[in-house]
Amino acid sequence: MSEMYVSGQSGIGRLIEALAERGHRVIGPVVRNQALVYDEIEGVEDLPKGWTDLQEPGKYRLERRGDEKLFGYVVGPSSWKQYLNPPEEVLWSGTIGPDGFQTDPPPEPPLYAFFGVRPCELAALAILDNVYTTTDGVPTFGGYTATREKAFIVAVNCSDPGGNCFCVSMDTGPTAKAGYDISITEVAHSGNMRYLLSSGSAAGAEVLAGLGGLDEASSDEIEAGDAVLARAAEMMGRELDTNDLPDLLKGNVLNPRWASVGDRCLACANCTMVCPTCFCNTVDDNLSLDGTHATRTRKWDSCFTLGFSYMHGQPMREAVSSRYRQWITHKLSSWVDQFGEMGCVGCGRCITWCPVGIDITHEAGAIRRGDLRDTHITVGGHSS
Amino acid sequence: MQTVTNPAVIDQMTPVPFRVRSVREELSHTFTLELEPPNGAFEFLPGQFTMVYAFGIGEVPISISSSSSNQGTILQTIRRTGAVTHALGHLKSGDYVGIRGPYGVPWPMDEIKGRDLLIIGGGIGLAPLRPAIYHALENRDDYERVVVLYGTRTPNEILFEEELGKWGARTDCTTMVTVDAADRGWNGAVGVVTRLIGRVGFDAANTTALVCGPEIMMTVTAERLMEVHSMAPENIYITMERNMKCAIGVCGHCQFGAKFICTDGAVFPYPEVEELFDVKGV
Amino acid sequence: MTENNLVKALAEHEFFADLSAESLTALASIAEVIEVEPHTMIFEEGGHADAAYAIVDGSVALEMNMAHRAHHIVQTLHRGEMLGWGWLFPPHRWAFSALVLDTTQLIRFDGEKMRSLWDEDREFGYEMMKRFAHVMTDRLAATRLQLVDFYADRY
Repeated sequence: MSEMYVSGQSGIGRLIEALAERGHRVIGPVVRNQALVYDEIEGVEDLPKGWTDLQEPGKYRLERRGDEKLFGYVVGPSSWKQYLNPPEEVLWSGTIGPDGFQTDPPPEPPLYAFFGVRPCELAALAILDNVYTTTDGVPTFGGYTATREKAFIVAVNCSDPGGNCFCVSMDTGPTAKAGYDISITEVAHSGNMRYLLSSGSAAGAEVLAGLGGLDEASSDEIEAGDAVLARAAEMMGRELDTNDLPDLLKGNVLNPRWASVGDRCLACANCTMVCPTCFCNTVDDNLSLDGTHATRTRKWDSCFTLGFSYMHGQPMREAVSSRYRQWITHKLSSWVDQFGEMGCVGCGRCITWCPVGIDITHEAGAIRRGDLRDTHITVGGHSS
Repeated sequence: MQTVTNPAVIDQMTPVPFRVRSVREELSHTFTLELEPPNGAFEFLPGQFTMVYAFGIGEVPISISSSSSNQGTILQTIRRTGAVTHALGHLKSGDYVGIRGPYGVPWPMDEIKGRDLLIIGGGIGLAPLRPAIYHALENRDDYERVVVLYGTRTPNEILFEEELGKWGARTDCTTMVTVDAADRGWNGAVGVVTRLIGRVGFDAANTTALVCGPEIMMTVTAERLMEVHSMAPENIYITMERNMKCAIGVCGHCQFGAKFICTDGAVFPYPEVEELFDVKGV
Repeated sequence: MTENNLVKALAEHEFFADLSAESLTALASIAEVIEVEPHTMIFEEGGHADAAYAIVDGSVALEMNMAHRAHHIVQTLHRGEMLGWGWLFPPHRWAFSALVLDTTQLIRFDGEKMRSLWDEDREFGYEMMKRFAHVMTDRLAATRLQLVDFYADRY
């Protein structure tokens, strides 16, 4: 295990500044439009100090915590895929001439530091890496690989899991295991915030060593951090029984439950937009008015849209129920066949941001229990 | 070849310009582009496809319909159905298209050496099968019987009609054509393509079927082969088609159950897709 | 063709496979083998259906005559298949015309005698009816698939 340091909030501020000095655009959680989103941060004062997020199916509220915690919340609608695999990205542009196409030079990938990456989000990045990795080393789909390789990752372990969290079920949290350069654990000690910092890479160790003003953590402080994370593991708002789940879903393609959830689902695609692993994209080609310059743009797409499966004048997945089935069986079943792991990390975003509060853990459980239809549904705190 | 390209490959989504050498109208809505690869050679296997890009308009997956032993040019047979295929249909000799690929799992030509081949095509589905037929006829000693069965809508919509005639004239290749509808004057068979299967007669245990056509045509063909002619499902190969944007397994569009049609197919042994074939909305 | 040869021809035809020698002989007694040249009409739509046919070799087109288009071919029938069932039920009319495409060898059964044969020996009649029903359902299934119009642009 690497050396464990301890600091106050000033150390967190120095870390943000140090990363900026190394040329990184530092992206971290900020409060905007009554939600926690990821955006550029310049110092510790940009972080959502004293805020927490209340999450239920179809419900999201920011509330004051009554303490000075910098990381006393879970995740908002943003995820890191929007920086690695932006909602829109030019894949290729070029000019046509008498001898073929002249390709425009590609842009330089941005140099990011992702600050405040939750353990479930680290797992999501590893899942996306798996999707975008090729054996021949040629980047697959836009700038993901180049941006990812250069990104510096500061993970923050979860001390305050939310109502829709189930990272314990997915074995992704609340403690970061790997995939970070630096990890942070926030420990409240009689109203005083202490931060345990450790490195997970050579680059992380170098940054920490150069930071200055950090103390070596005592064994008591390390134990206090472990206790916070052990308690967090007991605070999961949801649970998902993953035992034999891939085969279970595969064997229930014709279950009438899909029609029931399809009746509620608005096919709005919110779940796929907020999901940190949903990777479906479409390609848009555009031509300049004079017909000489073309641009190919990759854009986020969603299996919930009617056009997603469009072929020869008709969509293959016309019924909303078939689109929900596609989504959940991809996440929890066919992803395993494709990439050797599930495509869900237990972050709960899809549950929170579903306007009708459809809950992936509840739906998977309903298939397991053989429930064909719900008699009582709660959305956003309201019963229906 | 005087093709100017930036040597730096941004990613696998960058099309490579191929010069159009010729355009051949096959049927009223179907044409074949003859394309020259920029470096003079293009390696592919029978049954593979490319993403064909109409500059600034868009890209579509199209099977290669020429012989894999000819790498100097490739043929892509295309049906005008949407904006991109219409744009491709307006190309003339000397124009450029973008090509990515080749992609996909080929027909199992090596694995099925020594067996009887029952090649069943429907409509434009004969195009992806043509490289397999070429391969079998160019390597005739590698296979026992070669049978080509083809069904289409009407006598006016017989793809590669001249070649079907040539293959049929060979003593080492049985070829049968049927249409769904015809008027007097058509001297061939009228009836669904599966009716040809009963007429041709084959040894189910030593036969491998390669089937390509509309999905429902492949379903009824596979069912007929298994139920009436006792063919083992693993000896039947079909091709799948779905909306496709990337062809490299990362856009998510072409998923069929756990399969990515683009990288796990488009050619599949029947047992791999059988279970979900008739399920609506997969 | 001698009766023996006729029995042999029947035994070799798919439709009559595995029938007893007695049944084959009975069938042969009401049958004759005919050879028909291309472009010959075996029977015509609306005509009196007085015979059943088994195709030994060759091809026959079933045609329908429509006012707005000439002679639409509904289906072609080939070696090993049965042709026509208008003779089975009243009013014993042909629903289609049967035009010979290639030189065709047929076994022709007298329809009335065939019906009597089945009525006299109900067990044999039932076996034959089952075989006809199978041909009919198979032909209906094939026709339905034709109607699906697989190759239309929407598929």
